Amino acid sequence: MRSTARVRAVKWTALLIAVVIAVLVPVIETDPATVNIAVFTAMYVGLATAWNIMGGYTGYVSLGHAAFFGFGAYAFGLVLAHLGIQAGYEPFLFVPVAGALTVLLAVVIGWIALRTRAATFVIVTIAMMFMIQLLAENLVGLTGGGSGLSFPVPPWSGDFFDTPFYYAMLLMALVSLAISWWIRRSKFGLGLLAIRDDEDKALAVGVPAHAYKMTAFVISAGLVGMIGAVYGYYVTYIYPQYAIDPLVGISLVLMVFLGGLGTLWGPVLGAVILEPAQLWLAYNFGASRLYLVFYAAVFLGVILLLPRGIVPSVGDLLRRVTARGAIGPSDTTSTSSDTHTMAGVQSP
Amino acid sequence: MSLLEVDALSKHFGGVTAVDGCSLSLRLGSITGLIGPNGSGKTTVFNLITGFIVKDAGDVRFKGQSIAGLGPNRIYGLGIGRTFQLARIFPRLTALENMLVPVRRTGVRALFSRGQWHDEKARAMDMLAAMDIGHVAGLLGGSLSYGQRKLLELAAVMMARPQLVLLDEPAGGVNPALVERIGEHILDLNRQGVTFLLVEHNMPFVMGLCQQIVVLHRGSVLAEGTPADVRQNPAVLEAYLGS
Amino acid sequence: MTLVLEAVVFGILTGGVYALMASGLTLIFGVMRIINVGHGALVILGAYLSFALLRSANIDPFVSLVVTMPAMFLLGVVLQVVFIRPLKEDREALSVLVTYALALGIEGLLGYLFTNNFVQLNAWYETASFAVFGFHIAYVYVFGFGLCLAILAAIFVVLYRTTFGSAVRATMLNRTAAQLVGVNVDRVSAIAFGIGVSTAAAGGVIFGMTNAFNPGSHYDLISRLLTIIVLGGLGSLRGAVIAAVAMLIIEDVTAVVISPVWASFAFFLLLVAVLVVRPQGLYGIRVRERI
Repeated sequence: MRSTARVRAVKWTALLIAVVIAVLVPVIETDPATVNIAVFTAMYVGLATAWNIMGGYTGYVSLGHAAFFGFGAYAFGLVLAHLGIQAGYEPFLFVPVAGALTVLLAVVIGWIALRTRAATFVIVTIAMMFMIQLLAENLVGLTGGGSGLSFPVPPWSGDFFDTPFYYAMLLMALVSLAISWWIRRSKFGLGLLAIRDDEDKALAVGVPAHAYKMTAFVISAGLVGMIGAVYGYYVTYIYPQYAIDPLVGISLVLMVFLGGLGTLWGPVLGAVILEPAQLWLAYNFGASRLYLVFYAAVFLGVILLLPRGIVPSVGDLLRRVTARGAIGPSDTTSTSSDTHTMAGVQSP
Repeated sequence: MSLLEVDALSKHFGGVTAVDGCSLSLRLGSITGLIGPNGSGKTTVFNLITGFIVKDAGDVRFKGQSIAGLGPNRIYGLGIGRTFQLARIFPRLTALENMLVPVRRTGVRALFSRGQWHDEKARAMDMLAAMDIGHVAGLLGGSLSYGQRKLLELAAVMMARPQLVLLDEPAGGVNPALVERIGEHILDLNRQGVTFLLVEHNMPFVMGLCQQIVVLHRGSVLAEGTPADVRQNPAVLEAYLGS
Repeated sequence: MTLVLEAVVFGILTGGVYALMASGLTLIFGVMRIINVGHGALVILGAYLSFALLRSANIDPFVSLVVTMPAMFLLGVVLQVVFIRPLKEDREALSVLVTYALALGIEGLLGYLFTNNFVQLNAWYETASFAVFGFHIAYVYVFGFGLCLAILAAIFVVLYRTTFGSAVRATMLNRTAAQLVGVNVDRVSAIAFGIGVSTAAAGGVIFGMTNAFNPGSHYDLISRLLTIIVLGGLGSLRGAVIAAVAMLIIEDVTAVVISPVWASFAFFLLLVAVLVVRPQGLYGIRVRERI
């Protein structure tokens, strides 16, 4: 059996290499169209990872996260306009402000939504998303309503334009991953997973479920809000139905499910696979209405063929191949199938 | 000294009165059995004490302080643990992780202190070993046998060192050898200072283990006393067997 | 004042339509514990089916129901068996994704066949109305409301007066227990889904006669339907009907008293208000695990 230390060294090295490659993408690839794909892929890696902190770890599936995405974009645009920030690199410094404002929104929405459980929670998040969309459309004085909201346009040249945004999205993705990783190996994260398995039992052993859920929800929303802010700046002009788009909210959920709900790398894998595929489909079939049919087919295929997602399925396979004793049928996303869990405990 | 006092506790569900003016008192360091025919309200009393259900009337006092109305996690934080009729553990967490979930102190520092994490893990492994299930530490809860789950559940509840533990049918659904082991673990923990209140149907188990028995019938206390007293009480016999 | 009264009457009439659509949705949830977010798309599909029959063979929308309702029933059964039944783990969450995918597929298909232009089901009696207390009620709304009542009554009769209905209610209350007493829950689920989808067909006709619609209309529709069933209590038919009527009345009155722009917002606001006080909805049961 390989020593845990050596395995961990290998994993850290692999991670480092992946990060280096990711950082070098705009340097290697000069075609702005490809960098554009990279921007959106990095964006979804961040979104999926952030969503997973709530949906994957606690099991409370929010289908309204598009609300936080769009709100973050709007908040950012309004902050920039209000403070008179000029286009360029300076706006990026204000992204955390959008995140903070999104956190406030999440506290309000969470306070209402977290009074409910399971199926009701899912629906309430959908309803809240439509409410935010309605507000964006109707508070014309603030958001510009149907005419949209504009962002300051950076003066960078056409070929270079995407690059700073790529790094911004990459940074957000790495931050989301770091937070997700850190939560997972903390007692707080263990509490979240316990809530997911059996919330009442978790309460019975002292887990302050409400506070924990709220915290996870708010962290998740804040990260998504910041990513939305960068998005708004990237596209330079946002409209209510595109900034707060149910398709965005559902896509990121699908990516998490594809990769493996509740695992650390599942959302990353799901985003890296699905977003380029989605963009490719949109590019080739977007004009014809059949784009949606293809998308739906991919969707259904993923869910019906790999209901547990890639990471747990692969983990299972590996375990069956390498295990010596009968470990027994494992359930869905087990924490021990993941890289960094409780150190020092070996499976027999 | 009375550790737990239940004072005229009542609970109705629609038209059904599940608990009707139930009063009992647990002495510090005792093992008390709560018995009664099916439907007498035993599990409801447990749920009321541990905050899963809100009372209609009466009071529950722990160490002199009223705890009625507190949520389950607050009550565990105060030092009252419980197990469930059907052993409940976290199926997608390993046995060791199950042991690390219980939270007694919710200070922010307690969550993130690396030193404390290591100490907790060491203690958890020790407790698993004490229950003779140390070898399953890395297995998922869901893949454990029912007997192992029961032991794990009890071990996990004990992690935060509760002073009072409510056991709901600790001997239920397991083979006689394991029943004996569970009884020994309870005695062991009791010797270390833990007070117990058990709901049980296994009469030899209860009578052999408990110093005090409380008989519940139709939501209120019918009789209480030593096992010998209760066994001979005609009212108790009538409640169980009918007249 | 007459405006408010008119709004209330209007609310009741349109509430009936939403009640019909919502009842199918809540029935599906009650029996299978899945959230069919494709229900809005199925309503629109029903509307388009009637539209196609109207355009090609000049069949009156109400008459077309004779064809569309059974057809959609069969579609519902097929969808349930092919896409829902295979889901074993994580049913509730996965079913949302699956039904959403179905909704997208339907939207795409309809867009391809009919383009994204808005259409409406027109009938000769569409603009005819009768006068009551000084304001006009279009015949269409009254017919529609009557149809809704008829179908809802039929559902109640089936549920409470037939053996099949008892099987459905048993499955809704406790799936395992129902299986233990011999109920074929798979068959019940498939048929219940079929019934739910056929009510969508009926709802589609009435919705399509009173609203302009296009393939994308299902978003707005499903958001309202979901809100209604949560307000009424997931799985409760009575709750769905009451919630639908209540919400539509409030929305229409808000449109008149405050402004049409904020009317939709009031709709969701009512949900929030109720949830704060009563998270399980009007007739829902408190979701607490069996201790």
